[in-house]
Amino acid sequence: MLELITQTWSWWFSGAMIAGIMFFLLYFGQSFGFSSNLRTICAAAGLGKKTKFFDFKWRAQIWNLVFLVGAIIGGFIAKQFLSSGAPVPISGETISDLAKLGIAAPTSLQPDELFSLDALLSVKGFLVLSLGGLMVGFGSRYAGGCTSGHAISGLSDLQIPSLISVIGFFIGGLIMTFFILPLIF
Amino acid sequence: MKFVKFLLLGIVFGIVMAKSEAISWFRIQEMFRFQAFHMYGIIGTAVTLGVLGVALIKKFKIRDFHGNPISFYPKERSVIRYLLGGTIFGLGWALSGACPGPMVVNIGYGFLTMTIVFLFAIIGTFLYGLIKEKLPH
Repeated sequence: MLELITQTWSWWFSGAMIAGIMFFLLYFGQSFGFSSNLRTICAAAGLGKKTKFFDFKWRAQIWNLVFLVGAIIGGFIAKQFLSSGAPVPISGETISDLAKLGIAAPTSLQPDELFSLDALLSVKGFLVLSLGGLMVGFGSRYAGGCTSGHAISGLSDLQIPSLISVIGFFIGGLIMTFFILPLIF
Repeated sequence: MKFVKFLLLGIVFGIVMAKSEAISWFRIQEMFRFQAFHMYGIIGTAVTLGVLGVALIKKFKIRDFHGNPISFYPKERSVIRYLLGGTIFGLGWALSGACPGPMVVNIGYGFLTMTIVFLFAIIGTFLYGLIKEKLPH
């Protein structure tokens, strides 16, 4: 039983839990969309005075910021109490593909080559993390949603714009994976 | 007190994202290389149940706990903003291995360098707000 908790949670259980979270948010009168928080944070920082896009009643979105704080706590709980510390068991094919890029097989959940302090303090490492974040933040607002807002909430409501966005997610992801990552690493 | 339920849902979300390993850069690479079913299983299960549930909510006009009808707002019709915005998002997702939710879950998990990714995601959103009017929508 304990092992069932500390190992990788199955895709079907995890997927069902995510759908459950979406339905609870709907039941509580809200909707599931995480990247809205980025806009809310800009508004709460007072950027609405100069930029119209951030001039809205952000206080109505505090519930989502609370959800964000919960997500951080959830990550902490998962690591401290529900984790065996085993490396993420990805496919052997992925391991050998990544080895060609100079990224070692997993020893934890994330590669040191990207997320260690040493990596961050190198020019390349800093550019990778900062540009990655920048594109996620810019792209999610341009597309009007991220994985939760479009891929989960939008597709569940059979919205064509969300389908187009998810297609875009994959166009970008495949270009990065197969054409740009080999140039960087 | 009205926020406690959102805190609890956020905690469950964080635990599920971490324990399903959807917050792992390795899992995102595995997904974009089509070398495992795991991520597709997670998203596919969530969407399948989501489609069924949303259809039921609409059919039976289910109300939320305030007693208001649960309504869904169609997103504005366009192709270019979703395709371009989505592509930029995808480039960042495959590079940093995290979309906005998993970024903060990673910070809680102890990968503190993800704080930089999250800060730049906020800056990215700010940049969008600055040049929004000049972009094709």
